Amino acid sequence: MTELIIPSIVSCVVAFFTVYLTTPYLIKFLQKRNLAVPDMNKKDHVMVVRPGGPSIIAGIITSELVLYGFFQTNEILAIMITSFIAFVIGYVDDRKVMGGWFKPVALVIASTPIILLGAYTPHLAFPLFGTVQIPALYLGLVIFMIPITGNTINSIDVLNGVASGFMIIASFSLSVALFILQNYEIAIISLPLGFISLAFYKYHKIPSKIFPGDSGALTLGAMYGAIAIIGHVEIIAAVALLPAVINSFLFLSSMKRIVEHRQIKGKPVEHTDDFKLKATSDKTAPITLVRLILVGGPLSEKQVGYVIFKLAIFSGILAIITAFMMRITL
Amino acid sequence: MRIGLFGFLFTMWILILGGGGVLVMILGPLTISGYGDFDFLIASIIKAIIAIILVIIWILILSKLKNWIFKKEIKF
Repeated sequence: MTELIIPSIVSCVVAFFTVYLTTPYLIKFLQKRNLAVPDMNKKDHVMVVRPGGPSIIAGIITSELVLYGFFQTNEILAIMITSFIAFVIGYVDDRKVMGGWFKPVALVIASTPIILLGAYTPHLAFPLFGTVQIPALYLGLVIFMIPITGNTINSIDVLNGVASGFMIIASFSLSVALFILQNYEIAIISLPLGFISLAFYKYHKIPSKIFPGDSGALTLGAMYGAIAIIGHVEIIAAVALLPAVINSFLFLSSMKRIVEHRQIKGKPVEHTDDFKLKATSDKTAPITLVRLILVGGPLSEKQVGYVIFKLAIFSGILAIITAFMMRITL
Repeated sequence: MRIGLFGFLFTMWILILGGGGVLVMILGPLTISGYGDFDFLIASIIKAIIAIILVIIWILILSKLKNWIFKKEIKF
């Protein structure tokens, strides 16, 4: 355990400062190239640059390379390659508008390093009830996990700071769960994700200076999914991600198909005169988490973000309770 | 509404725990014999089908719960 402290501290410091220091340069670079999109929830016509994916992937690669210097394990390689493939897929989508099916299908490729490097254990562990051996079925789970976590984080990237802030809470909850389960090595491998999200949040929080874009959101989600599989904490990871899962579930159950946000004509949310967010009564618009939050009345963008963070903290606590329950078998 | 969201989240968690228990109890002891080399393949296919059915049931329950919890608020 003590031999893990130095790699842990070094990788977290590298993760945080790589993103913290490279993002301002990325913002300037994107501003020069005029790679900006309007922030739809601002009164004035504010343009925000995107994507922030390059600084996020830089943080992941450098911090995980530091860890690879200490422990040469396939698990670290699998996390790096999976995250990088997800970044490339997201970057393609950032630069060129692809169809609704592109990201979920393409992200299947991002799962292959985990399979090829054998960085998984083919059984599912459930709290209280123990484990179930499902070798063939588990392979399917690995293939679908990365597209699900990647797109789930991407779907919650709707307001300033929400995707990165949500990732801070979910990833640190997952790391705490891994420590509780005494899976120290993977816990340390997972810690940089929280610090990368924390550093990016500095620039993404309201008012955003940069948006993560598909490349940023998919990279964060893919790394989270890879940690869940490699750390053998799939159920705990799903619990920590529940608010984002609810968002995807509500969206899919109302739209009844996989569709890109930009292809939807109905607006789930509109603005009041004082530019607060308000739920619409448009029957063609999807039901989303933000729309449900706003059913109680109009709220500012910041207030909606805080409600999402409260939900994330609640599910993070449930995830940690689940980790404790993993140690009990009925 | 916001209390409803926390309730929905908590219900999802309970469903995950309960669903996990059902999965372990049904799929755990399931073995097939008498088909030689195909035992593993047949068992895997049956396990996959049962798991998919359980996930569909889970989604249906969740969908009903969503309508029940948010029925007063969702008028869209």
